[in-house]
Amino acid sequence: MAKIEVENLTKVFGKRPNRAINLLEQGKSKDEILKETGCTVGVNRTNFSVEAGEIFVIMGLSGSGKSTLVRLLNRLIDPTEGSVWVDGDDLARMDDKGLRKVRREKMSMVFQQFGLFPFRTILDNVAYGLEIQGLEDQDKKKKAEDALQLVGLGGYGNMYPDELSGGMQQRVGLARALAADTDILLMDEAFSALDPLIRKEMQDELLELQERMQKTIVFITHDLDEALRLGDRITIMKDGRIVQIGTPEDILQHPADDYVAQFVEDVDRSKVFTAEAVMKRPETLTIDKDGPRVALQRMKKEGISSLYVTNKDRTLLGIVHADEVSELVEQGSEDMRSVLHENVPAVQKDTVVKEMIELLTYKNTPVAVVDEDNRLVGIVVRGSVMALLSGKEVEAVE
Amino acid sequence: MNKITPLPLADWIDAFVSWLTQAEFIFGPLTDIVGYLISGFEWLFGIFPPWLLLLIMTGLTFWFAGRKIGLTVFVLLGLLLIWNLGYWEDMVLTLAIVLTAGLISIVIGVPVGIWMSRSPVVEGAVKPVLDFMQTMPAFVYLIPAVAFFGIGMVPGVVASVIFAMPPTIRFTNLGIRQVPTEIIEASEAFGSTGNQKLFKVQLPMAKTTIMAGINQTIMLALSMVVIASMIGADGLGTAVYFAVGRNDVGGGFEAGLAIVIVAIILDRLTQGIGASKRK
Repeated sequence: MAKIEVENLTKVFGKRPNRAINLLEQGKSKDEILKETGCTVGVNRTNFSVEAGEIFVIMGLSGSGKSTLVRLLNRLIDPTEGSVWVDGDDLARMDDKGLRKVRREKMSMVFQQFGLFPFRTILDNVAYGLEIQGLEDQDKKKKAEDALQLVGLGGYGNMYPDELSGGMQQRVGLARALAADTDILLMDEAFSALDPLIRKEMQDELLELQERMQKTIVFITHDLDEALRLGDRITIMKDGRIVQIGTPEDILQHPADDYVAQFVEDVDRSKVFTAEAVMKRPETLTIDKDGPRVALQRMKKEGISSLYVTNKDRTLLGIVHADEVSELVEQGSEDMRSVLHENVPAVQKDTVVKEMIELLTYKNTPVAVVDEDNRLVGIVVRGSVMALLSGKEVEAVE
Repeated sequence: MNKITPLPLADWIDAFVSWLTQAEFIFGPLTDIVGYLISGFEWLFGIFPPWLLLLIMTGLTFWFAGRKIGLTVFVLLGLLLIWNLGYWEDMVLTLAIVLTAGLISIVIGVPVGIWMSRSPVVEGAVKPVLDFMQTMPAFVYLIPAVAFFGIGMVPGVVASVIFAMPPTIRFTNLGIRQVPTEIIEASEAFGSTGNQKLFKVQLPMAKTTIMAGINQTIMLALSMVVIASMIGADGLGTAVYFAVGRNDVGGGFEAGLAIVIVAIILDRLTQGIGASKRK
């Protein structure tokens, strides 16, 4: 079951929300409703679910309703209509007590401007959630210190927020959320206020932490690159509506409409797509089974000048080239190992294309793609990379 | 216009006030409480001999107002001057009145300010009342104060409270409303109750602003001492008031100077307490 299930969630700001909802149901646009009722539609009948352990990115430009949406998830803003199911309970219909319990035990939040308490020390900031949970002083201190350690600010507990740089302050914000030890982390433009370099560093760290902690993260951003980097799945919002939900590759390959297409147009696709997306099935030789004549014949048939060589369980051994193999045939030798070049360029399935470009530039041979056990799963040739970068479908390559 | 009978506004208010004065069961205990507070402060200042009180006040100023040597020397010399001129007893009375008025203003004003910050309706209702309290000439408060509380220190304090309380209320309201939304959201997002939010986040965040309001309140209360002396609130104000009556420029100036010195001390002290003490 999904960790968070959002059903028909709607927020209308203004004095006559019910009329606005009627109009929404009649299919009127945001502007028309504003004109007719004076109400602003913040979030318009959204449905989605967030699976446990995934990073779910909600992306949109300012005014798209993404910040409202995340605040509906922990009810910092009360929804006008719809439900937010967290572990099977509907937040939208909870009393204050139940809501506080959910906020204390199930979800914590990281803010764009950090939201730190300036009059509290770093340690006391991090301990805030624990304090509200009613923990004993000893436990509280221990957990807060652990969380600070986790974000790399071990020695800073006694300082105050304004003595730290922006990046460090946001680490404190993250530590505060982590210390509360909730399954769900809501991150509202958490890195948007940081310098590009620091931002990238924080993204890497978040991914690294996520490897270990397996939280359910809802991450809000207006930055497509950030969304593509972090998201297991991405939701694109416009005018309070969800335009598309999908994996990063999905969204780049199959934009739902012109808006999304325009959005993703300038994305550096080589940073998003992985070897897996552009590789094709390789022609291979199995050592100790296929001799030089088989090799030559196979190369001739495929019109290629080299072949990857594996053993029986497809572990990658190396590559052989046509000229050397034909010499072998002339000499009447069967010893394929004598012409095997073991030092071949190989990448993992999840290596992004950008990192393979250099390998492809200086050598004529395709790049081998292997899995964790060094088994050959595919090869990448220049042509498919170029097709990808030019924005064409890659699937034609087989 | 002359043909139209004037509204008997004055009569109505007289009737209302005399009806209110019936409520002895309210004003009796109130008079007692305020009286106790004033004598409490008087007693507190009375335990110390003047030279010791003088040193304590100098020390407090040094400690709270940022350890400034110049200011400390000024306070020491100023207090010595007051003592030397023979206004020490009057100064103690004035301090008692001002601090009582300040204390009552805080006890009433801060909660009212908090209430205002939580409800736009309350804010809308209280604001005009505050405007009224501050713009009505302070002399006017003397009349009902005497009607309800008689002559003496107590009505002086009451008139001072009415005149001086608005800044505390306003600044408390303002201070709480000025807390950045994200910080409030942070506190709520971790599941704080309303009280936890108020005491752990809003009030600490608003502290500096609230203290600025309290500082204003104390200054306004001090500015009332001469007016309050007209209804028998003793102290430095009385000295000024009498000097005016006797056309005694020198005496009036002396007492006035003493008030200025007290004002500077109270101002720096309350400002110092308001400023963040860390670092």
